[in-house]
Amino acid sequence: MEYFVQQLINGLTLGSIYGLIAIGYTMVYGIIGMINFAHGDIFMLGGFAALILFLILTSVFVGLPVVLLLLVMMAAAMLTASLWNWTIEKLAYRPLRGSFRLAPLITAIGMSITLSNFIQVTQGPRNKPIPPLVSSVYNVFGISVSLKQILIMILTVSLLAIFWYVVNKTALGRAQRATEQDRKMAALLGIDVDRTISITFVMGAALAAVAGTMYLMYYGVIVFTDGFVPGVKAFTAAVLGGIGSLPGAVIGGLLIGLIESLWSAYFTIDYKDVATFSILAIVLIFKPSGILGRPEVEKV
Amino acid sequence: MATLSYSKESAAGTLTVRALREGFYAGLIALGLFVLFVGLETTQNIRNELVLNQRWGLLAIFVAVAAVGRFLGVAYVQPWAAARKAARAAVVQKEAPEGFFVRNFSKLAIVALVLMPPVAVSLLGVQGSLKWVDNFGIQILIYVMLAWGLNIVVGLAGLLDLGYVAFYAVGAYSYALLSQYFGLSFWVLLPLAGMLAACWGIILGFPVLRLRGDYLAIVTLAFGEIIRLVLINWTEVTKGTFGVSGIPKASVFGIWSFDVSAHNNFAKAFGLPMSSAYYKIFLFYLILALALLTAFVTIRLRRMPIGRAWEALREDEIACRSLGINTVTTKLTAFATGAMFGGIAGSFFAVRQGFVSPESFVFLESAIILAIVVLGGMGSLVGIAVAATVMVGGTELLREMTFLKTIFGPDFTPELYRMLIFGVAMVVVMVWKPRGFVGSREPTAFLHERKAVSGSFTKEGHG
Repeated sequence: MEYFVQQLINGLTLGSIYGLIAIGYTMVYGIIGMINFAHGDIFMLGGFAALILFLILTSVFVGLPVVLLLLVMMAAAMLTASLWNWTIEKLAYRPLRGSFRLAPLITAIGMSITLSNFIQVTQGPRNKPIPPLVSSVYNVFGISVSLKQILIMILTVSLLAIFWYVVNKTALGRAQRATEQDRKMAALLGIDVDRTISITFVMGAALAAVAGTMYLMYYGVIVFTDGFVPGVKAFTAAVLGGIGSLPGAVIGGLLIGLIESLWSAYFTIDYKDVATFSILAIVLIFKPSGILGRPEVEKV
Repeated sequence: MATLSYSKESAAGTLTVRALREGFYAGLIALGLFVLFVGLETTQNIRNELVLNQRWGLLAIFVAVAAVGRFLGVAYVQPWAAARKAARAAVVQKEAPEGFFVRNFSKLAIVALVLMPPVAVSLLGVQGSLKWVDNFGIQILIYVMLAWGLNIVVGLAGLLDLGYVAFYAVGAYSYALLSQYFGLSFWVLLPLAGMLAACWGIILGFPVLRLRGDYLAIVTLAFGEIIRLVLINWTEVTKGTFGVSGIPKASVFGIWSFDVSAHNNFAKAFGLPMSSAYYKIFLFYLILALALLTAFVTIRLRRMPIGRAWEALREDEIACRSLGINTVTTKLTAFATGAMFGGIAGSFFAVRQGFVSPESFVFLESAIILAIVVLGGMGSLVGIAVAATVMVGGTELLREMTFLKTIFGPDFTPELYRMLIFGVAMVVVMVWKPRGFVGSREPTAFLHERKAVSGSFTKEGHG
């Protein structure tokens, strides 16, 4: 039982990271209907920004409190990743809006290749390890919970709360939801659609950058290829939860995290990704619109 | 008169001011984008700790290029482009008759390809031709064949497949494993690999029949990853990440062999000096024949009921179903046919490399193949071949650019920038020509007169 709860906690931690990335996928998909393949690499880019900030801060201000260190890292990562995603949207996706559906998908794949290779060229192809930032571990009823896991979960929950507020209660969120439902009608009603889409990309990138920082803190290592696998899994999470649905993305992320850690704990670790992808396929076969997705109504 | 010249001057003035402002912003954005990644470099020191290297000079170059580029773009290129567009619009478009070259492009290309190895051998000698025949010829033709195979699924049937490389892997491992464990020959295994891949196409096809558009994309991607992970982890059979090596070479229909020790060695039989180039030239003609077979089958299938059904499915699935077309078999045959060509290309890949490992079948390969299909103009065979030549040949060419070392210093390795440039090229070509290199295609069915269909009228399906 303790073992099970332990794995549950590990899975939820992992799932939080996936969930945060998945929100970016699901929002962009919801608003312009494209799979933003470069999103995983934006996540990796955020992790690298955090890594470089960590190195600057630890070499310039020795003995900075860890909380402050983490906050600055995260802020820098969010800023950098947002700026990148904003620029990419402007240069690579906006000219193709209104083109056929595969065109932005191809530029997104191209951007994904570009970003990971850009980091490889500028930062080198090797693993980048950092010393552990927070290492305290608590024992609760025989279950060990590390401080980083608690931090990740608290951060995820608070970010989701902020995010939920923005999307559901503010004018910006209303504009986003309107654009998602009907872009032309929203534009007619005076919503600056281009700006709303840009902001969506920025928000998604900021969340991905937080996930990247936490990934760096949790595993203590990052490499330029790290965008792909978490990216694909987060996208899987978004589809599993029903693409376009925000709570769906989080639920999907947590589910993927749980499946992964429980499968590794009780079966073999080698096939954990096979298990994840197979469950995705099985869910989609029986419920083609995902767990919380609205079924598509076809009109002729 | 005075006012006119004044207003012209002021217009030029505001343009310069605007360009300066835009350039400044571009520089600022570039600074924000690159300050962490270009300005600083993380490297390991002797104690294996990460330290930062400072590269502010390089950062300054990046920022300057962005700012000056944007300034020039706004101040000079944009007005020039606008003027040219206006000039073009003013001239009445005349339908220029297509030249001899354009009309017979595919025939000329095939003749050129057939003649390429002898020409290369006569110009560069037997060993010197190796590079052009192998690195360029065979490499590009493999991608042409793969892209033509995927074109059946994506371009004709409109089913977005992001896991096409899985069938390539199935074909490659079918040949590698069956020849190792059962000692079967290449010519037996080539069709067998195609059939096995087609079976996998159907196995994948069944569960995804109900899925549409992007859901289909993610499940096919997942399928591609599953195949790769199984190849990595099923070590007893596939030898995992080490891969299968020592895959036997193909022979000329069993008559002449290319093994050095064999009594019926090709070079010995013809009294030629020993060289590995003959094998490569043989492989070149083999893949050329296989690719042309793919094209031939595609062209013929498009005129058959099944090809018409695929294209109908791509255009509108509901209309298709209402007209009594069985969408299940239509989708499954598209998957199976596409997969079959992928499998055949895969077994060719195995015989060419003599070694297969899961490394060769990553998602990136699927992405490259899909990019070639889309950049080629979806459904246009010539366009796809052109796209494959430009994208694959272009990146191969980068390996040859040793003269860049004299510009950027001896540490400069063009290899490193290969995929970076590939990614950028993918984005640039797509933004520049969203409809691909060949944006129009011949209709399969027509009334009275055959007119080229503009790319904008053909849409991809949501199958």
